[in-house]
Amino acid sequence: MGSFLSDMLGRSPVEPLQDHIKTAYQAATLLPDMFKAANLNDWVKVDEICEQIKQLENEADDMKNDIRANLPKSLFMPVPRQDLLELVLVQDKVANLSKQISSMVKVRKLQVPASLYEQFIEFVERCVDAAKKAKQSVNELDELYETGFRGAEVKVVEKLIAKLDKIETETDGMQHSLQAKVFSMENDLPPVEVMFLYKLIDMTGDVADQAERIGRRLELLLAK
Amino acid sequence: MEFELTYGLTYVILAGVFGGFMAWGIGANDVANAMATSVGSKAITIKQAIIIAAIFEFAGAVLAGGEVTSTIRKGIIDADSIAGNPELLIFGMLASLLAAGCWLLLASKKGWPVSTTHSIVGAVVGFAAVGIGTEAIKWSKVGDIVMSWIITPVIAGFLAFLIFQTVHHLILKQKNPLDMAKRYVPVYMFITAFVLTLVTIKKGLKHVGLELTDPQAYTYAALSGVVVSLIGAFFISRIKVDKKKEKDFHFYTVEKVFAVLMVITASGLAFAHGSNDVANAIGPVAAIVSTAQTGIVSAKAGVQTWILLLGGIGIVIGLATYGIRVIRTVGQKITHLTPSRGFAAELAASVTIVVASGTGMPISTTQTLVGAVLGVGMARGISAIDLKVVRNIFASWVITIPAGASLSIVFFFILKAIFG
Repeated sequence: MGSFLSDMLGRSPVEPLQDHIKTAYQAATLLPDMFKAANLNDWVKVDEICEQIKQLENEADDMKNDIRANLPKSLFMPVPRQDLLELVLVQDKVANLSKQISSMVKVRKLQVPASLYEQFIEFVERCVDAAKKAKQSVNELDELYETGFRGAEVKVVEKLIAKLDKIETETDGMQHSLQAKVFSMENDLPPVEVMFLYKLIDMTGDVADQAERIGRRLELLLAK
Repeated sequence: MEFELTYGLTYVILAGVFGGFMAWGIGANDVANAMATSVGSKAITIKQAIIIAAIFEFAGAVLAGGEVTSTIRKGIIDADSIAGNPELLIFGMLASLLAAGCWLLLASKKGWPVSTTHSIVGAVVGFAAVGIGTEAIKWSKVGDIVMSWIITPVIAGFLAFLIFQTVHHLILKQKNPLDMAKRYVPVYMFITAFVLTLVTIKKGLKHVGLELTDPQAYTYAALSGVVVSLIGAFFISRIKVDKKKEKDFHFYTVEKVFAVLMVITASGLAFAHGSNDVANAIGPVAAIVSTAQTGIVSAKAGVQTWILLLGGIGIVIGLATYGIRVIRTVGQKITHLTPSRGFAAELAASVTIVVASGTGMPISTTQTLVGAVLGVGMARGISAIDLKVVRNIFASWVITIPAGASLSIVFFFILKAIFG
């Protein structure tokens, strides 16, 4: 049964985008538990969590491809198609990074030195917080579409993004202080481990960076 | 009924059957598509949609369908050119009904977005040009009709754009959209009822033998606007805020308020649709009946009420038998046309259609509604519109007209061979 109306109204990208960030964020939320398990030498649990993250990353990938496939060039939308495609790309990075971090920890049986542990966990959790704020901001997309990206609703989203920026700045500070500490311990640790510790800190910080970029992308939608 | 022609009764029965079939097709497809907007946005249930459509399509056909019916019946073909051959007109109109009916059946099977209006106008022009001669066609009138096909989607789009902009500024962008919605939505209700009533009184009612003066017309229109908005305001006041759903989507309750409005605009659209598209089925029937009875091709006689009723009933049966399935399928697919958008498109389309009906222009209600939806999209109201599909919809009449014309030419010569 054909219908001109249902055919001409393309599938709205809003809900798929929201589902996607939700999945990517879920992958990131598993990171603190994985570090905790690693430091307790519970490698079975690390394996388990790693597997979960991998699955979530796969799901996010499928969703990303699905969103792209449903955004043909012939669509007329209130926001540029390119901006949406880039938004989903940055969202996906959150899931990708989580997977990379977890597999690195799993493969190298990576443990954070006890003297850094508490500070590091705090750092990871803050980075996950940034991802959470990003998710909350993307959750406002349906309201933004409803209001045509103008008016009072824009203020709500701007506030969320400002909070996201604040958290990201915090994580930057934490990242620097962790790096400085690793530097002071360089002589006491095996060089390869030092290398990977730096890498781990960088990649974890990247989760917050990508979350912030999600905010930037949303802001671009508002500006137009 | 008295007949001047040999096969008079046969012609009238055939006309009744073909016309009824065409009306059935319109009810099954076009009407169902229009009502699906409201069902999809959860403004009304399928059952309510059927009841609303049945009442208002019928009312539109009978109260405001006269002008377009006369255009199809005697506006396109010059009565003088076939004064000596009344039978030719009968064969032609029967052929047109058959041609349009077959084409629509094929199109709806294939899922092509074709318009009943384009099919029937193409068919009438086709048989007249070949069966009678090109001089029998009032080309200036045909030109006007074609122009109206281009203009009406544009006007509907422009109106929808304006309406949705006002919704945006008055309600959606405000800090307290719910209070604003409760305040302004009854105004839109008033406008809907006022315009539709006014056009109907001024343009349609003379066909049912009622003539009112201007001040009377405006008074009645305003009265109907007030009554409708009061009823609407009552239902709006009963809407409760659903905290849980509101958390997920802050405009949940606001959309609920618009949903009440959409019941009214859906009724308006059904009325407008009835006033324009029913003519496609019954215009030819009216031409056949009056010619068969009098034996002459007359440009004067009015449309008999039983023929308008035939069209109205045909549509309602089409809706109830097949349209309900279309509504269900389509309704499930277009859930993201929310009431705040759907109403704007419906209001713009129905005003445009009713005005066209008042001036006797047989337009494509489908394309008018598509134009209106595009207008809402231009106002950044719709998350995604597939322009490729839109192009196909607008391009469809380029194919439909020659298809309707060729089919009706074939049927014309077959009928002529049988009865002539």
